[in-house]
Amino acid sequence: MGPDPFAMRAFRILTGVLLIVWLVLPLVPLAIWSFARGWRFPDLLPQEWSLKAWSYALSDTSGVVDSLGLTIGISLGVTVLSILVGVPAGRALGLYQFRGKQAVELMILAPTIVPGIAVALGIHSVFIALGLTNTIPGVMLVHLVPTLPYMVLVMAGIFANFDPSYEAQARSLGAGPVQTFWYITLPAILPGIIVGGMFAFLVSWSQYILTLLIGGGRVVTLPLLLFNFAASGRNDITGAIGMIYILPGLLILLVTARHLSGQNGAVGGFGRL
Amino acid sequence: MSDRMRIMLLLAPAMLIIVVLFFGGLAAGLMRSFNYMPVIGLTRPNLEAYAAVFTSREFYLSFLLTFHIAFTSTVISSVLAIGAALLLRRSFIGKSVINFLFQLNLTVPHIVGAIGILYLFSQSGSFARLGYHWGLIAKPGDFPALVFDPYAIGIILQYVWKEIPFIGVIVLANMQAIGQDYESVARSLGASRWQAFRHVLLPLIFPGVLSASVMVFAFTFGAYEIPALLGQNYPAALPVLAYRKYTDVDLAARPEAMAMAIVIAVLSAVMIYLYLRMSRRKIRG
Repeated sequence: MGPDPFAMRAFRILTGVLLIVWLVLPLVPLAIWSFARGWRFPDLLPQEWSLKAWSYALSDTSGVVDSLGLTIGISLGVTVLSILVGVPAGRALGLYQFRGKQAVELMILAPTIVPGIAVALGIHSVFIALGLTNTIPGVMLVHLVPTLPYMVLVMAGIFANFDPSYEAQARSLGAGPVQTFWYITLPAILPGIIVGGMFAFLVSWSQYILTLLIGGGRVVTLPLLLFNFAASGRNDITGAIGMIYILPGLLILLVTARHLSGQNGAVGGFGRL
Repeated sequence: MSDRMRIMLLLAPAMLIIVVLFFGGLAAGLMRSFNYMPVIGLTRPNLEAYAAVFTSREFYLSFLLTFHIAFTSTVISSVLAIGAALLLRRSFIGKSVINFLFQLNLTVPHIVGAIGILYLFSQSGSFARLGYHWGLIAKPGDFPALVFDPYAIGIILQYVWKEIPFIGVIVLANMQAIGQDYESVARSLGASRWQAFRHVLLPLIFPGVLSASVMVFAFTFGAYEIPALLGQNYPAALPVLAYRKYTDVDLAARPEAMAMAIVIAVLSAVMIYLYLRMSRRKIRG
């Protein structure tokens, strides 16, 4: 005798609803706060609604818009660098078998497991000597440590399914190296570049401690601003910045949700956001 | 150009960045933790920083707290993620919407989740207000301390919130790749639902769960911003303590900070080693 099927079904629906509510719930007060004008204990909802937090966040004086631009710039720059460096490495790991390959793979994967703070303190002491601390290039360089492994991982997967004999055929028909890359290689690996690039962007976008340490508090990206407003109890502005901050990730999720699967090595990237 | 040469050229830029920044950063931290820094005239390495760290009560409290946070978060998230994957692998009406909501927080950075947890569970947060309306508490102070608390409940809640979908997506993909045939066979041979899960499905999905858990454990052990926002002041989580020591006005505390960073790195290296051993044994056995 198994358990009552009706009871099982009710149990499944109940736990499913609880699960989804729990996963969405923490975002709700953030959204409400951004439209609240004072929201005191014990009110369940704000007495008065207002766009004040939003107009402050989007004004010139708050620094949110500048910080948004800076964060987009850093993340885009890191993404481009990750692609330029990660695609060749992915090609080497995806197409060739060679001695020491496992060691190379382990070295490239190590930064996905070893926490950022464990290496960032050492990097900081070296960057002081190089004059890279408190600078945007310094922050971008250190962001490469967590972004690059995912880029290489995704590209290695793409190149493992890529047949280089097409390139050889194009070359034998008279195409130069640039033409071969543009017309043969790039179209085949573009999906990987897009997926890997989005991951690199999001991983850079979500960095906190690396930016704080290497930027020395001078390079104020959105998460730093968000932390400062949250820690100082400005809940309404925190809510507005928080909503702005999660937007790129949600857009990317909307685009990729259909193609998302755990088989794709890139999912590991989510562990670092 | 030989293949060997080509491979080296292709790998060179990535390896340069990983070796110089990642391993170089580790090496610089290690040297500094031994008080060895020829550039500023420190040429005699010693163990003073480690002696200071390993004789400090605060370090042990901090280590235990951090281990508790990482272990508890990983275990709870893994168990709930397996449960969630079991629910979501069934077919039901509105599955694509539910799947999307399940994955919603994958791209939401941890710090946003931490602020959300703060607004939900603080003593003047949403749940405290509900408690007031239901007559359970009379003032904010009556609500149990779930953030800035000694048991790190708020921090664990945040990690559980964030990691259920992360582990869940991996486990779900595993389950879909395996299919339900093995379980059907077990069931037709008389296994109960639980037996089919425990002895057939669980061993099959275990490698995936294990690799995701290792990543979650290492991440939660080394993350800074969540315990910095939701944690109590003393003892603080190890990454928070290391950052405080590093940015202390007293520069002499920096080697101690480096020693703590090395402890975090060694622990994550041990995790990688154990994981590689266990996953190899799984494949052989």
